[in-house]
Amino acid sequence: MDHLDALEAQSVYILREAFNKFDRMGMLWSLGKDSNVMVWLARKAFLGHVPFPLMFCDTGKKFPEMYDFQKKYSAEWGVNLIVRDCPPIEEIDPTLPPATRSAARKTEALKRLIAEQDMQAVVAGIRRDEEATRAKERVFSPRGENAEWDFRDQPPEFWDQFKTDFAPGTHIRIHPILHWTELDIWRYIQREGIPIVDLYFSKNGKRYRSLGDQDITNPIESEAGTIEEIIAELEGTTIAERSGRAMDHEAEDAFERLRTAGYM
Amino acid sequence: MHVSSEIPPLKLVVVGHVDHGKSTLIGRLLHETNSLPDGKAEAVIAMSERRGMPVEWAFVLDALQAERDQGITIDTTQIFFNTEKRNYVIIDAPGHKEFLKNMVSGAALSDAAVLVIDAKDGMQEQSRRHGYILHLLGVRQVAVVINKMDLADYREERFQELTTEIRNYLSELGLEASAIIPVSAREGQGLISAPDRMPWYQGPSLVQVLDAFTPPVLPTERPLRLPVQDVYKFDERRIIAGRIESGRIRTGDTILISPSNKKVTVKSIESWNTNAPALSASAGQSVGITLSEQLFIERGQMISHEANAPVETNVFRARIFWLGRKPLEVGKRYKLKLANNEQTVEVQSIETVIDVENLTTHSGDTLERNAIGEVTLRARAMLALDEFSDNPKTGRFVLVDEYDTVGGGTIFMEGYPDQRSRTDVRSTNITAVEHRVTPELRAHANGHEGGVLWLTGLSGAGKSTIAIELEQQLFAKGYQVYVLDGDNVRFGLSSDLGFAPEDRVENIRRVGEVAKLFASAGVLVITAFISPYRADRDRARSIAPDLFHEVYVAADVATCEGRDPKGLYKKARAGEIKEFTGVSAPYEEPVTPEVTVDTADRTANESVAELMAYVEENFSLVKRNGDGR
Repeated sequence: MDHLDALEAQSVYILREAFNKFDRMGMLWSLGKDSNVMVWLARKAFLGHVPFPLMFCDTGKKFPEMYDFQKKYSAEWGVNLIVRDCPPIEEIDPTLPPATRSAARKTEALKRLIAEQDMQAVVAGIRRDEEATRAKERVFSPRGENAEWDFRDQPPEFWDQFKTDFAPGTHIRIHPILHWTELDIWRYIQREGIPIVDLYFSKNGKRYRSLGDQDITNPIESEAGTIEEIIAELEGTTIAERSGRAMDHEAEDAFERLRTAGYM
Repeated sequence: MHVSSEIPPLKLVVVGHVDHGKSTLIGRLLHETNSLPDGKAEAVIAMSERRGMPVEWAFVLDALQAERDQGITIDTTQIFFNTEKRNYVIIDAPGHKEFLKNMVSGAALSDAAVLVIDAKDGMQEQSRRHGYILHLLGVRQVAVVINKMDLADYREERFQELTTEIRNYLSELGLEASAIIPVSAREGQGLISAPDRMPWYQGPSLVQVLDAFTPPVLPTERPLRLPVQDVYKFDERRIIAGRIESGRIRTGDTILISPSNKKVTVKSIESWNTNAPALSASAGQSVGITLSEQLFIERGQMISHEANAPVETNVFRARIFWLGRKPLEVGKRYKLKLANNEQTVEVQSIETVIDVENLTTHSGDTLERNAIGEVTLRARAMLALDEFSDNPKTGRFVLVDEYDTVGGGTIFMEGYPDQRSRTDVRSTNITAVEHRVTPELRAHANGHEGGVLWLTGLSGAGKSTIAIELEQQLFAKGYQVYVLDGDNVRFGLSSDLGFAPEDRVENIRRVGEVAKLFASAGVLVITAFISPYRADRDRARSIAPDLFHEVYVAADVATCEGRDPKGLYKKARAGEIKEFTGVSAPYEEPVTPEVTVDTADRTANESVAELMAYVEENFSLVKRNGDGR
């Protein structure tokens, strides 16, 4: 059993625990590399099936390539896809810095979607190595009635015994790839042949390392045009993965505020 | 320098008392190993200057605003770094007492630990508690760092003094530190290379010690344990899903499912997007298997091979660390989660509460938050489990109270037997014969029904005395009556058995079967055995449910020890007899016996008279029919 096998087995275990514990759950499919890996892992866990809906909160500002990708693979993979539009920016907390406020539209849309579908649990593809507040996450992470995250009082989580008993009104985020790194994701994409949006590959000396909304996501300087080249590039870099995501950098605590309020 | 990411990182937890410098150590270690992203070191320096303080490397980790303001680590953080040898994930576990649940959450994930101790303060409460919990969790690779040596003027005497204290404490736990290293994280001394401020230290640096740790080995060579996680029927296949915790499974294997004890063959090992169907799978893999027969299988059951099956029991002992706001209490029920099994358990007793300060133990009725103790837990249903020392993955559990995980524990079976049934009929080609002489005919001939009076109680409670007297009085009244006595049986029927828990179980099983034969022959059988385990008496009852009458001969340990007719208590107290019921092995009182005779405050004759009345009432045809003989 190699490293990728071990990561896969752990993610499969987590997804199976979630599926056993929740009748009404859904998985966020943001169309980025991590969420594609996550959908792939669900098909591994459930032997080719995805036995719950995939959910997409549309800001209307994704790259055209992402919308094309969604259309193609939702049909090819035969998944149950639920798409909802995000509310306009005017409805979002005006005290947030601009890019953070823009990203918060997604949180609001997700809250509404959860209420509409009466979801008990949502599966999200965040990773500990991405960002400092995500490093502190639990695999099964309870949220309050308004989706807020209380990082000061998280449940104990050890020996793969996740929190599976809840007071009424609690909502759970499930993080099956929390223990993966960016490099793990790329190696797994390579091994399994998982399709990804080609914005990740270099065009005219630039590529996207992380995909968000067009107006708040910036490409990095890169010549990496293949997965092999991306892996080689990442093995040498000391630049943070989310450096191109504006909302992470507006204030020392911008991302923390987003996440405490229910962002992924 | 970057190491290939294809090798899994070694998971390292950093523990210790609050303010002993864990976060600073990690921050500096990341800096020294060039593991920080560009600009992070500069950011930390700028952040420190903004707050008007010397460079605080802990800021690397304390990413959250709240933490920086309070200056303590709230939660477990995971940080990736690498040396020239390999990759690491560091788990920074909080040292504050309030956050033991987070320390446990971090430490349970780790392959090795760094215990940080302040050179000035020395071992403090949480240093000891963390040491103990590492031991409980089974973390065996531990590097001890004596930090802040700069505040102790880099003195060798101080280092030696602490080294002795730490080694003594850890050795009492059965832990041995891989190394004890003098360090100043703030000044970067002793982390990567030999500390130039401490020329007297000739040992390895922290990084050298870390690089010498060995990565975890998957338990593929241990007996198979595959807890059933779920059963799927998405298509025509009925798939049993689960993660192999230890051992291997192959298609064609005959597997045993516990606790239902059914046997079945593995038909296939299913997978998706793989090159070829797998013929075998091993520890660590999450698998889906199909079976040759459609048996009833559900989440929580345990798959093993027939040889090396897990222990089957409804009662076990455990070392527990308690995290709940409300204390653990005797008599209280909790939800047990063991692998994928969830069952209600009751706290039968708390044997000891462990004081981590000096490792002494005392008795108690509760375990408070953050305490450690040894308890006995009882489930309603049979559980398939292992001792932690045999198989950590299936020998540990958590307890849930209402909605929260309130504690964790590791299992040991001392004093309790494996209850896996030995009554499976092993002979083949056997057929039960119908008697023409019916029980009714026998009863009519004898004037009474056959049956079993099962006397249970401590040694010295008066079982044999009562049994022999009762036999004589009943015989005088014309009863077909016979006493099966503990010691007598052990001269013959059970001469091959000792007093280990498993032997006691087998002894009681044999006595139960013999008693049934006597009773079926119309005899009134009186058995006089301590029979300490509830489960065994229940099993004896199940051999002949209509004939079985449980008689609790009740007297407390002190009374019995005062009598001590055979001098056994004396020997047990002196340690000459091991596993002696009431002294060094448990006695489980009957829950609903047919009769209780309390011998502590009455004479043997009074007890016998009480039982005579019970027998006349329940077995005699003379009284019931009034037709004489």
